[in-house]
Parts: sequence; C-alpha cells; structure tokens
Amino acid sequence: MPSLMSDPIPSPPAQKIAVSCKGVTKTFGTGAAAFQALRGVDLEVRTGELLMLVGPSGCGKTTLISVIAGVLRRDGGTCSVFDHDYQTMTEQETTRFRGEHIGFVFQAFNLIPTLTAAENVSAPLVIKGMKRKPAVLEAIEMLRKVGFDERMLQTSPQDLSGGQQQRVAIARALVHQPNLIVCDEPTSALDSETGHKVMELMRELALASNRALIVVTHDARIYEFADRIARMEDGRITGVETPKKADTSASENSTPLKP
Amino acid sequence: MYYYALKMLIGDRAKYIGIIIGLTFASLLITQQSAIFVGIMSRTFSFLTDVGLPDIWVVDPQVQYIDDIKPLRDTEVTHIRGVTGVAWAVPLYKGSLPARLDNGTFQTCITIGLDDETLIGGPPHMISGKLSDLRRNDGVIVDDVGAKGKLARQGPNGTRIPLKVGDTLELNDHRVFVVGICKITETFQANPVIYTTYSRATLFAPQQRKLLSFVIAKAAAGEDPEVVCNRIRQVTGLMAYTPARFKKLTFIYYLKYTGMPINFLTAVALGFIVGITISGQTFYNFTLDNLRYFGTLKAMGTTNSTLLKMILLQALIVGAIGYGLGVGLASGWGALLSGRTQIAFLLPWQLLLITAVAVLFICLSAAALSIRKVMKLEPAVVFRS
Repeated sequence: MPSLMSDPIPSPPAQKIAVSCKGVTKTFGTGAAAFQALRGVDLEVRTGELLMLVGPSGCGKTTLISVIAGVLRRDGGTCSVFDHDYQTMTEQETTRFRGEHIGFVFQAFNLIPTLTAAENVSAPLVIKGMKRKPAVLEAIEMLRKVGFDERMLQTSPQDLSGGQQQRVAIARALVHQPNLIVCDEPTSALDSETGHKVMELMRELALASNRALIVVTHDARIYEFADRIARMEDGRITGVETPKKADTSASENSTPLKP
Repeated sequence: MYYYALKMLIGDRAKYIGIIIGLTFASLLITQQSAIFVGIMSRTFSFLTDVGLPDIWVVDPQVQYIDDIKPLRDTEVTHIRGVTGVAWAVPLYKGSLPARLDNGTFQTCITIGLDDETLIGGPPHMISGKLSDLRRNDGVIVDDVGAKGKLARQGPNGTRIPLKVGDTLELNDHRVFVVGICKITETFQANPVIYTTYSRATLFAPQQRKLLSFVIAKAAAGEDPEVVCNRIRQVTGLMAYTPARFKKLTFIYYLKYTGMPINFLTAVALGFIVGITISGQTFYNFTLDNLRYFGTLKAMGTTNSTLLKMILLQALIVGAIGYGLGVGLASGWGALLSGRTQIAFLLPWQLLLITAVAVLFICLSAAALSIRKVMKLEPAVVFRS
C-alpha cells in the first residue's frame, strides 16, 4: 500500500490560502472521560480548491470542519480562515463571520420543513441583513441555477426527493457568496447517480478562484471530484493526496487512495 | 427572520394548535372564573350601588356589611339631621318578608321601605309605573327579575305569568298592590325585591322595638362627606360610611368570611396551571423539535439575540391568539347567559389586564425554558446526523 504520509502537504500553487491549521487540538470531556478528537492537525486549504476529508468514523473529520467553520472552539494550535482567527474574535464576531464568509451543506440537509425551498435558500441573505422579498428573489435565481423549476420553488422540503433537497442545501450554501463552503457527508443520504450529480453541481457552481470547499465524506464514489484528499486517523491528518480524476488531468504526485 | 420564526411556528400545526388550545383554556378559565367572582362580589353591595343619591350611610357600630342589619332607634334620623354639614337625612328600611304566592307557597322577598315624603332610595330604573305611585294605598314596586321569576303567577298550562301593575300580592299577611315594575342590579341573595314606603314596610315587618335599618344622608354643598361621616360618628356614636367605604366593608366581609375567594382562586389557579403545563410543555417540545433548525440558523450566522427575539415573538404570538380567543369565549359566554339567566358575570377592564398578565407570564415562562436551551445550543450540533 502506498504511503499517504506526505510532508509538506501538497497544494495547488499560486492560490490564496483559505484555511491554515497548525497543531490544532480539541478534547471533549474531562478527566477519565476525556476524549481527544483532534491531536495536532496541520492542514492548508487554498482558494479554488475542493478538499475532501476522509477517514473512519470517529477519526475527527467532523470536529475538524466544525473548528474550521467556527462552530466549535479549538483547545490548542492555530487555525485561521481567510486570515481570521476565531480565537481572537468574540462569540458575536464569530457568528457574524460565519454568516458572511461560510456556507454549510449538511448530511441531513437541515432544511427548515415549514419554509418553502426558496425561503430556505433566502435565509443566509436575510441573516446578513437583506430584506425578505429581495432575498427570496435572489434565492429563486440560485435555485434556478441548481436546476429548480417554478413549481418546485415554492415546494416545502419534505415534498422534495433527497437529491432535490441537497440541491436546495447547496443553493443555500452558495446564495450569499461565501468564501468557504464546508460540506458534511453531502452524498451519504443519496444514491450513487444523485450523489455524482450533486458533486458535479458543487464543482460547477461552488468552485471559484476566491472560494474553497471542504467536503467530509465516507463516499469513495465521489473522490474523483476532489482536488486533494486528506485522510484522517485518530485525530491526525495521516496523508494528503491528489486523486486520479476522470474529467481532470491528474497531477504527477497523485497516488490512488484506498476507499 | 421574524417571518421565518412565524412560519416555523405555524407550520407545525399540531403543536401550534396545542399551544393555542392550552393558552385559550387558561385564558378562558382565568377570565370566566374571575368575572363570575367579581360579578358575585359586586352583587353583595348592589343595594348600595342602586341607592345612588345619598353620600352617607349611618348604621349601628356593630354592622359588618350591608345585609347585617342591626336596627336603630327612629329618633336617630332627627339626631343625624342636627349634625353640622348634613343637608338632609331620611330613614331606610331593609328586611326580608315572606310573600304568599297564588299556589300557597311562600317566597322570601327583600323589602325596602323608603322615606314616605321623599321616596329617596328608590329603584334606579322604572319599567312600568312611577316611583310616586308608591304613595297610593298599599302600593309596592317589584323588581322585574322577581316579577318574571319567583313571584310570577302560574298560568293554566303551567306557563309563568309575570306580575304586572295592578296585580295583588300578600306580603307577610298584608295585601299589597303592584303599582310599578322596576329594574335593579341583581342581588346576592337572588330574592325578589319589593319597594314600598318606610311606614308601610315597618307596618308589614314583624314587630320589634327598633326597625330603622339605615339612615341615609347627604352632606351639605361644599362639605366633604368623609368629614361629615366623622362628625356623625363623634356626635351620635353610630357608624357613618360613604358608599365607597360601605362597599369596601361589605366586600372585605365576604372575602374574609365566605369560602368564595378560595373557591374561585382555586379555579383560576387551575386555569393557570393547565395553561403553563399544556402550553409550556408543548412550546418547549416545539423548540426541542426545532433545535436542529435553530442550530442551523445559528451556524449560518444568526446571533443569539435574534434567536431570542424569534422565540419571544413565537411565544407572544401564541399568547396573543390564546388570550384573544380565551377572553372572547369568556365574554361571549357571559354575554349569552347574562341576558337569559341570573348569572353573575362582570368583566371590568382590570380583569382583562390581569388575564393578559397571567397569559403573558405563562408564555414568557414557556419561552424562558426554550430560550435557555437555544442560547446554550452549540452550533456544532448541526454536524451531528
């Protein structure tokens, strides 16, 4: 088996650093019940890049993206997102930063069931301070980009298929033009074909020169969509690789990853 | 975000309706029971309300409330007339006398004897006849509720024929003629009320050494009735009250010496407990069910203060709807029955305010639990599937 350890971490050249983590640690609980979820994570993500975080359950992937997204405080190390360190920011500043710069896609979609698809997508804009009506209009534009027709715009999430719900979630993550999008298992609730479509959509719409994507996944079927894949084990990054892609030319140092 | 907060609330139909039903029931029970209590309590001093002209009531010092009659000597009237600051003073009789009905049964009637000359203390509204008709031989005026109800005659088909002007009645073995029908504030005892002159009432009443129930008086122009009351107390040794003080004395007596307050308070407390239990629990469950979405909103950049306002808005909206429905139902119930039955229902604005405060307290208590949960919510919860 080829080694996944590589130092320094390979990353696409000439792009701005979006996320820079060095020695990040996080422990849950205290005393005998303490569990160290992150044991000194080093990771760099650049703009224009889709990085996948893979690894077994409980290895710390979700904890790491929670720290990067600013929804969880780290215990040690440094972590900056677009040169902002949450540790130096107040709770309110962190919340505002998330609202401005970060988009979320969740495994369970987390769409509010009592709102329509358009209203769900408009939420980040309203949170940023936009009035509801123009926000809904912008949301409708974004939903059209992810393939929604007029009829589906006013549908509530429970009346949509899993793939459609995830497309709404992607539209919601993109509508306010964030610089970093974090996705937690975005395809795990979807069938293979729908998962591929969702990832194609992500690459097509989300990737931009000023934006980075971090995708936590177990789903080996979507590895080909990553620019780099970081493998985690026991709270550490154990390797970062560039996968072979069907649609993109693989870089010279790419090594196939074990799913 | 407030629009979304409302859609989250209304969208969960079962809980939304459950919360509103709880608050409506609480509001209904609190308003209705309080209104009945206030209605009953207001009837305890209805006689004082109806006798509007005098501003001083003189009674025996041992009297504890309006119906606690301890007769005075007739000479007290002239004694009081002599007190400085008294414009006029007249006697007033109040007692219970049996009236014999057509079917041979007896009905106790509250009999009011008015000063023969002035007829001061008479009923506030006449439906038929005139107050001055009391001067006719053996004339009495009967209240309309009594005339239609307990004093009504039995018709051929079992129907009740109300007493009317010209009918006769046997009051404590004395034949009297109905010369008028009046409308009065309903009484606590719910017995028919019969007005006649003082001399006639004391003639009909069982013989006692003293028969004068009250001396009602008016303070002279420019005189403070309270000051005149004090003067009457000092000069005569009797108790003198302004109507407001006498009402308060009566009200306090019923509060202290009857089980009414505790009974009604229990019902009101039940409404409050039911409201806080059903609505509070359902509202908290609603928040728990939506915790993932609150977490999502928090992760997406919604501040704690906005989430707090969203929950408060949800609580206040269900509170306002529940309050409106509850008070509306209570008022409708009161309005429906007040015209048809003798139910005591009085809904002053203060009661509406008290119910509003109670419902607001229920809503805020329910919201407080939810707010605490949402404020402490780690936004990282959104990544847990």
